[in-house]
Amino acid sequence: MTATTTPYSELKAPTTARRLLTAPTTGPLAALLLACAFFSFSTDQFLTGGNFSLIVQQVMVVGTLAIGQTLIILTAGIDLSCGAVMAFGSIVIAKMAAEGSLPPLLAIGLGLAVCGGFGLLNGLLVQKIPLPPFIVTLGMLNVAFALTHIYSEEQTVTNLPGPLTALGETFPLGHTDITYGSLVTIGLFLLLAYSLSNTGWGRHVYALGNSAEAARLNGIRTSRLTIGIYTVAGLLYGIAALLLISRTGVGDPQAGQTDNLDSITAVVLGGTSLFGGRGSVLGTFIGVLIVGVFRNGLQLMGVASIYQTLITGVLVILAVTVDQLSRKKAR
Amino acid sequence: MSRTTRLSSSLLRAAAVTGVAALTLTACGSGSGSGSSSSGSGEVKVGLITKTDTNPFFVKMKEGAEKAAKENGAQLSTAAGKFDGDNAGQVTAIENMVAAGVKGILITPSDSKAIVPAIEKARAKGVLVIALDTPTEPESAVDALFATDNLKAGELIGEYAKAAMKGKTAKIAALDLAPGVSVGVQRHDGFLKGFGATEKDVACAQDTGGDQAKGQTAMENCLQKEPDINVVYTINEPAALGAYTALKAKGREKDVLIVSVDGGCTGTQAVKDGKIAATSQQYPLKMAAEGVKAVVSFAKDGKKASGYTDTGVTLITDKAQDGVASKDTAYGLENCWG
Repeated sequence: MTATTTPYSELKAPTTARRLLTAPTTGPLAALLLACAFFSFSTDQFLTGGNFSLIVQQVMVVGTLAIGQTLIILTAGIDLSCGAVMAFGSIVIAKMAAEGSLPPLLAIGLGLAVCGGFGLLNGLLVQKIPLPPFIVTLGMLNVAFALTHIYSEEQTVTNLPGPLTALGETFPLGHTDITYGSLVTIGLFLLLAYSLSNTGWGRHVYALGNSAEAARLNGIRTSRLTIGIYTVAGLLYGIAALLLISRTGVGDPQAGQTDNLDSITAVVLGGTSLFGGRGSVLGTFIGVLIVGVFRNGLQLMGVASIYQTLITGVLVILAVTVDQLSRKKAR
Repeated sequence: MSRTTRLSSSLLRAAAVTGVAALTLTACGSGSGSGSSSSGSGEVKVGLITKTDTNPFFVKMKEGAEKAAKENGAQLSTAAGKFDGDNAGQVTAIENMVAAGVKGILITPSDSKAIVPAIEKARAKGVLVIALDTPTEPESAVDALFATDNLKAGELIGEYAKAAMKGKTAKIAALDLAPGVSVGVQRHDGFLKGFGATEKDVACAQDTGGDQAKGQTAMENCLQKEPDINVVYTINEPAALGAYTALKAKGREKDVLIVSVDGGCTGTQAVKDGKIAATSQQYPLKMAAEGVKAVVSFAKDGKKASGYTDTGVTLITDKAQDGVASKDTAYGLENCWG
């Protein structure tokens, strides 16, 4: 059953043009550009710098979650707990800083540590017991959700100190305003994309996703690697928690309830295989933007939001279908 | 995998994704009811953001807004959260509507406090923001509020229940909404005020989220705890119908008084069928219609709506009690929503 795919890094690349055409992100990128072209013709307001800045702001939280989700899906796992873990992290940061009178930076550090801890726990359960990632993270989703509501006492945390919302502030670039948070998200995407394609760690992640057993026999410490990946993902959810606070300006216990599914949507639209070992973080960035562009563009056109859900659903099924078909051919 | 396969698969992916996207777009563009996307037509753009797309209350609100938009030559665009409480979704909707150049936004906040910073940003850009149905915290975060007086809605059924009990000792169960949600708190407090009771008189209080199945479970548990409950206050009619099912299973449906708030068509029919004794009916269609009119008038002469506008509430029952003003279910069904 195991499909034999050549890792992207080992493909021979005779010409740059050929390489660009065959990159796994080509399809999603083409879809994104066509969608942008469509909305540019349909509405006057779409093709403006301010609007693009807005779209990036709107997707930065799910985008950051989706980086962690990509890492886990590359190992043929899945993380259903990411949105709930982020929500808990955001409440910890907000309450510690606003009511616990902890210095903001310490509160942020604590939030990151809590989210990283959830990731570590996920990784340990998946690797050491071992349990299926689906079940572990489903359980953790409920644990984190409940802790969020217990700790917050169902109350939204307001009056946050400045440093907590600093990433939501903007700086001018040409005629548009960019938020610092957008830069953080883009930076994280670039960092993880580089790590995956240009480091030994990255190659090990792909090897683990293609076949954990083969990777182990080749001397990769798969157990440590897996636990590490879940922990890194957890830390990324912590950063997403901070971005969330900076965006809405409050600590909201209801946040993130569908973000786990939204992050999986982005990963799939970006061409990463749910069966592991194939895909990229940059693809996920494109996937996140596809969702953001559709939501924004349809709203500008005055199309009701339920159609955004409809279209996203169709796109996801299509993306997985194409992934499956291309695997069948490869066999 | 050979290189050619890889090439064809990624191109196939691109073609398939964009093809269906375009098809879906064309299809929904014509069916969305929000008309053409022609910009620069001089129509006033109005945005309506509800808590969800699926709750009949908000479906009716949308209908009211669409009708009013047509009558007043405005272009309506709508958006909603993915679930009740989806603040981030509503923030995104506000931003996109401001980018689309709306003159005003009508919003039913999912989270009264969390939505405030996003509303302030929109208002800073000169957009008129009116809260429908649910006030923001603080109320002054929006230009105006068009809503039911939920305290009064609760009081009406409280007064009715007191009259209907005719001096019998009451043992009250309260099927509430959720902790910290103002609508639920106000209705609950209003009921107690109208009934002349205090929190101590509530034998059993449970949260239902306004959901029928959860309402049934809550009532079953309350009956387990206090078998002789004889008055049931419910946050809305789905919760009331859940309570009715639980009572019926125990053969208690005849001797327990259920009162509720909302006035949806299913709920009003349940009053007619005698499952619910009385309900306080509110008018979402009116909230939306008044909201659209306010935005259009703001666009025409720059006059901003302000303060609180009570969109009214009526007690609906077929077993009227002396000294408590009410209308019958014929009137209720004529004016119901959903």
